[in-house]
Formats: sequence, C-alpha cells, structure tokens
Amino acid sequence: MQFGIFSVGDVTPDPTTARTPTEHERIKAMVAIALKAEEVGLDVFATGEHHNPPFVPSSPTTMLGYIAARTDRLVLSTATTLITTSDPVKIAEDFAMLQHLADGRVDLMMGRGNTGPVYPWFGQDIRQGINLAIENYSLLHRMWREEVVDWEGKFRTPLQGFTSTPRPLDGVAPFVWHGSIRSPEIAELAGYYGDGFFHNNIFWPADHTKRMVELYRTRYAHYGHGTPEQAIVGLGGQVFMRKNSQDAVREFRPYFDVAPVYGHGPSLEEFTDQTPLTVGSPQQVIEKTLSFREYAGDYQRQLFLMDHAGLPLKTVLEQLDLLGEEVVPVLREEFAKGRPADVPEAPTHRSLLAAASEASEASGDGVAA
Amino acid sequence: MRLVAVSAGLSTPSSTRLLTDRLTDTVRDELAGQGHETEVDVIELRALAVAVANNLVTGFPPPQLAAAIEAVTSADGLVTVTPVFSASYSGLFKSFFDLIDPGALAGKPVLIGATGGTARHSLVLEHALRPLFAYLRTVVIPTAVYAASEDWGSASDAHTEGLPARINRAGREMASLLAARATDPRPGDDLAVSGKQLSDLRLD
Repeated sequence: MQFGIFSVGDVTPDPTTARTPTEHERIKAMVAIALKAEEVGLDVFATGEHHNPPFVPSSPTTMLGYIAARTDRLVLSTATTLITTSDPVKIAEDFAMLQHLADGRVDLMMGRGNTGPVYPWFGQDIRQGINLAIENYSLLHRMWREEVVDWEGKFRTPLQGFTSTPRPLDGVAPFVWHGSIRSPEIAELAGYYGDGFFHNNIFWPADHTKRMVELYRTRYAHYGHGTPEQAIVGLGGQVFMRKNSQDAVREFRPYFDVAPVYGHGPSLEEFTDQTPLTVGSPQQVIEKTLSFREYAGDYQRQLFLMDHAGLPLKTVLEQLDLLGEEVVPVLREEFAKGRPADVPEAPTHRSLLAAASEASEASGDGVAA
Repeated sequence: MRLVAVSAGLSTPSSTRLLTDRLTDTVRDELAGQGHETEVDVIELRALAVAVANNLVTGFPPPQLAAAIEAVTSADGLVTVTPVFSASYSGLFKSFFDLIDPGALAGKPVLIGATGGTARHSLVLEHALRPLFAYLRTVVIPTAVYAASEDWGSASDAHTEGLPARINRAGREMASLLAARATDPRPGDDLAVSGKQLSDLRLD
C-alpha cells in the first residue's frame, strides 16, 4: 500500500499570527514538504491544480519536475489535474515529459474542478463538466497508447495524423486515477477504463464514501478488469498530531475554527466525529485511518492533507516527522494483515512495464518493447 | 402512506406548529375515511437550525439533518408551513430546502401553509412558497392555508371562509391527490441510474 501526502496549494493566513505567506514562500514550502515526504519514508506527493487565487499551483508539471530532480523514490502525482479545462493534448505531452524526467515516478489524478469561472476563462462551460471529462479523457487515453491519432470530438479541434511527443516512457502510459467526490459518472469512467478511483473523503461522512467506492468497484468488475476487491482505490485523510492528544486539540483548534471549507461551522469535535479529520495522538490517527478499510475495503493509496488551514511550514514539517516515524510504519504493518493475496498494490511504472512485457510476450507482438 | 410535515416555527409552542398539526390531522382523517392508513412525521426546523447552518458551510448534512432530508425526500406527501418573515418564507425554511438536491422532490404532492401576525401577508403563499415548490417540481395543491393571529379567534363571514373551512378544503384536496396515487415504486438509487448514462456513451 502507498502512503503519501497531497496539497491543495492554498495561500491561507495563519490565524494565530495573522501572517499570510507570499506566493513565493508557499511554492517553496510545497517543495520543502515534498522533499520532507521522501525523507520520512512516504511514497507519494501530489499537488493540486488551480487557476485562481488564493492558490499557487497552476503549473503542476513544472513543480513536479523540479521535485523529481531533487528526489529519488517519491512518486509524483496530482490531486487533481483538470481534465475539463486543460487541453488533453497538453496533458499528454506535459506528463509524458515529466515521466521521462522522473524515470517513471509519475502518475496523475483526473478531476473536473469546481470553480465556476475557471471554465469560461479556459473557453469551456461548467454545465458540460462531465461530458468534457469523458471526451477529453478518452482522447488522452488514446494519445498515450496510439502512435498516430485521428480524432474528432465536440469540444476540441479535430486531430488528423497527430502524434503526441514525447511518447510515454517505455511505451507505458502513466497510471491514471480519477478523483471525484459526488459524481457517479466519474466512478463509472474509472471502472470503464480499469483506472484507479480516488475518493477525496476528507470533508465527507463515511457512508457517502462507501457508496461511491462500492459503485466504482462494481463497475470495475462489470467491465472485466478483475473482481470488485481488485479495483484500485485511493482515499484522503487530514490530520493534526501531537504526542499528547490534548496538545493537538489545543494547538489546532484556532486553525480549525476559521479554516477554509469547514471553518465557522461545526465544532472540531463534531467535524472529527463525522469526517476523516483526526486531531490527536499518532495512535488516534492510526486507529481512524485503519477504520477506512471497514467501509472502503482493502485499498491501494492513502494520501494525507497535512499543510492545511494556514499551518506554518515548520509545524507541517514536524507533522510529517510524526507521520513518517510513528504513523505510517504501523499503518503499513496493520493494513498488510488480512489483506488477500489477490488484492493488487497500486500500479507503478515498473509494475505496468512488467505487465506490458508479459502481455506482449504472450501475444508475440512487441507493443511495449 | 407516509406524510411528512416541515414546520419552521421558532417559538414553543408556535402557531406555525399549530397550523401544521391541524393540516396533518385533517389529511390523515380524510385518508382514513378513504381506507388509507397514514403515518405522520413532523420535522421541526428549529431543532435543526445549527445543523442546517453547518451543512451550508461544510457541504454535507450532520446525521440528524441527513435523517430529516431522507424523511422529506422519501415521503409520499409533504405539508410545509413557515412563518412569514420580511415578506417571504423564513430564512431557515428556505435554507432547509436549499439543502435538498434539485429534483429529489419532483412529483411529490405538497400542501403549503404560512402563519403571520396579519392577514395582509397571506399572498406570501402565492408569490413565494408556490413558486419555490414549483421550481422543485412538486405538485402543489390548489388550496394554500394562511393563518393570521386573528384567524385563530374568528369565524367565517359572508365573504370568506374561516380557518377550519380552509384547512378542511386543503386537507380534502391533499388526501384525494394522495389517495389517487397508487403508491408507485420509488425510482432506483441515483448512483445506479446515472451510472447507466456513461455506458450508453461510445468511448474510444
């Protein structure tokens, strides 16, 4: 199982000091957080994509390319890549390039984006969000698998004799996750292609996550990719830890109370009760995270949101030390217990390459060679 | 049959709840006369006020609110009663219905009612509540019942019916609409239905 972190990339004032980091500080902080993730033994760093303030990550492959050059093991991913408003041709090119530079340590998560004005800013219509995701992804999928593409669709100019360059590393497309919180169509899309499904459950109650993940697993099996239990599932989580849980609550409450998204609403206690947010000791984080398996089944990727609510970089790095030293090693051990042997790990470049070589040997044609 | 009432009164006891109970009792009695047994569930929005605000902020309902939304969306018919505030339904009343998925109430019979200090606000039912429930694609019965403070202590006159007569008329209309509807099986789970859309599309 993979463990990692994902960042929204928001520039949020620290409510305890009223200080707002500059964009430059925030961008450098995201890089420092990614480097720390590798240092403490995590597997994945994923950045969001946004095209409006107060968010900085408008250019994910630029940031991930830089991080790739300064890391050795970390898988670089997104949370999410806007498949609706970005040209799928540019996504194909950018991520193939990143895949080469990072020697395959790349996957990505498709998402639609929910900021209304971003659609018209990029020449699109939010009411077509699902249709854009379906059409653009089908083109992206083809460009990474077919050398020469002839294509016509509703939302983009046709392509005749188009080859996206560079070709994916070793002829193997980056693994794709589809992220959605509420849209069953996206679970269906992930099931159709046999891709991964990431449910960003951090602001949602367990029963909702359970329904979405069950739908994806059912549809994954329906389309013949394996059993429902073999579908590739990712979940989010958000935590704030101190050795002593009372210290965690005391320190995080001022951040919680005014945080973007849920601030000025339910109490910390209500919110931690109803959603994956855990504020407490490393042991409490372990217990809560292990409970995700009860409703999502054995899954492949766990991403934590750690740089949230305006926490200063120093605090986030301390949190990552706790996550890497005290939480993830226990989670790795516990999640492995009772995990059926036929539940796969999250696909990586290496595993996809091996599967492609095996398939081409079996069929005698050298697609992936 | 299951009738769910949504009452947005803020005081205890409230005249809004009083009107709600008169309306649900009448519908139940009318249905009983036609051989239908009715279960009545009254949702007091006052008890959900903080939960409604939290849902507006977080995007998901706390458990007690989720249960209320489920009760409303799965009911065979609704009785909705609000006090008149600033020339319209109360903010809490509107916020509650703002949290229900558009389409979730489509086709549902609704009896609307309102209360106020003066009869001068009675057209709030026609210019605020009826359009709201038309937007939600419900079937709003023709008689809407407004109860001003004075209505609780006055009788009919040569020109207008009294409150009990209006309640009875609305109750009869609602009961006959509910009785006419054989309990249709509810449409399938949202997730399963919209999943089909995609498999109908040609991909690749």
